[in-house]
Amino acid sequence: MHGLINRAIERFVRDSYGDGLWCDVLARLDLGYDTFEPMMRYDLAVTQRLLEGLGLRLERRRDDLLEDIGTYLVSHPQVEAIRRLLRFSGVDFLDFLHALEDLPERARLAVAELDLPSLGLHAHGAGRYRLEVGLGGEDGLRLGHVMMGILRAMADDYGALVVLEHRGTSATHEVIEVQLLDAGFACGRSFDLGAGRQAG
Amino acid sequence: MIDAGRDALCELLDTLCPMHAVLDPTGHVVQAGPTLRKVVPDRDPVGARFLEIFEMARPNMARDMADLRALAGRRLRLWLRAGPRHALKGVLTPLPVGQGAGALVNLSFGISVVEAVRDFGLTGTDFAPTDLTTEMLYLIEAKSAAMEESRRLNLRLEDARISAQEQAFTDTLTGLRNRRALEHLLERQRQAGQAFALMHLDLDHFKEINDLHGHAMGDHVLQVAARRMKGQVRGDDVIARVGGDEFVFVLRGAAMPDGVNNAAARLISKLEEPILRNGQICRISASIGATLSGLYTTPDITRMMADADAALYAAKAAGRGCPVIHDPAGLRAVPVLRGAG
Repeated sequence: MHGLINRAIERFVRDSYGDGLWCDVLARLDLGYDTFEPMMRYDLAVTQRLLEGLGLRLERRRDDLLEDIGTYLVSHPQVEAIRRLLRFSGVDFLDFLHALEDLPERARLAVAELDLPSLGLHAHGAGRYRLEVGLGGEDGLRLGHVMMGILRAMADDYGALVVLEHRGTSATHEVIEVQLLDAGFACGRSFDLGAGRQAG
Repeated sequence: MIDAGRDALCELLDTLCPMHAVLDPTGHVVQAGPTLRKVVPDRDPVGARFLEIFEMARPNMARDMADLRALAGRRLRLWLRAGPRHALKGVLTPLPVGQGAGALVNLSFGISVVEAVRDFGLTGTDFAPTDLTTEMLYLIEAKSAAMEESRRLNLRLEDARISAQEQAFTDTLTGLRNRRALEHLLERQRQAGQAFALMHLDLDHFKEINDLHGHAMGDHVLQVAARRMKGQVRGDDVIARVGGDEFVFVLRGAAMPDGVNNAAARLISKLEEPILRNGQICRISASIGATLSGLYTTPDITRMMADADAALYAAKAAGRGCPVIHDPAGLRAVPVLRGAG
């Protein structure tokens, strides 16, 4: 498991629930450390236990927890860099949706060892899409619900109105149904292409 | 005046190359793409002479339309005459004869693309869908973020390395340096070429304390003794615990045997002060053998250690609780008797 994923979970917990809760959960897991190095690799089992421990402590179902993490990654100011990198994918939400299949490749360009699940988009007309999130990436961790959170927050970011539904899991992928109701529902957040270098 | 064909061409060019300009035979801009208009914000480029807006730098200067047409197909390098001086890249191609002797120029940002995008306030829609500029900006930002993470990781690893090394070089009981640290340090000290004294100290009566009062008391005595030793040396001097009750001092800058002898005598009296613990009183003393780098033509660490050891042995033979400085002439120095100084 790439450390970036564990690190994302850690940032989510620390920024949403505080350092105390994070240290508490980590102490129960007894891993011998209480922070993840984003540029190192960890066993999948560590991530699974971490998610399990968090679910118990926060009394959240695994799916809801993963979706919260996805939303956090796009919308929290502490991780603005991720939102920016995602916004480079498209000039509007529809453009972003159509560029989703490139996302794993884009991630690999940034961090060569990061193996995100494959994404496949199928259009069914009238603003309806079916997004298939592969089960193969990052040791088979299911990231479909994280994707749900990311999509929901990105729609907000672009000012689009969407309805999302997780339609279950097949042998090879999870299925998310996307219905784009209004691409220009709200004005969304601005995106300054050249702002990244100024910020840091 | 603009006919339908010209109109269609306009639209086509706006989509395919939003940073284009169409020049008429006199070199005036008759049409400008939407992004080019953003780059020339203070004036409408249409109607102006192209070379009034831009300065051609490479491959040749250009003064008029004839100069420009001579550069057809070449990689152009030019600057805005007003505004941020980001280098632009361009290519010029003559229009078909039917259009007169005009030309089409297409521009793009060079290596300064990040600054240009920021300064001109451009967005993703300002670039042709086939343009790789946004991908390039994405890559720059993604790689900078990844590099930053790696840099932070390196800093953390460096901190961890330093603290591990610190631990590896520290005697855990007393907080003094250990034998390994001493070896490193002595080698560096010798290379530095600066005068120093080497002092070998052995606690007297320490074994009896361990036997009589137990190891807890022994440890306590060692800790108190270490604190007293630290209090007697200067900040850049080094004390290492090299055995159970054996210590080596490196006194930096020490060049006078008398000075070292006095310092050693003071240290011994300090160590002889009674040590109290849980109502029990312990007394120790120390014997010291020392030598100075200044006593040798070429200081050699092994030789100096051997001489300090021999001097320590002499101090013990002289009845303990006293310092002996190595005497290169082979004459045994008379130990300073307690209470005599």
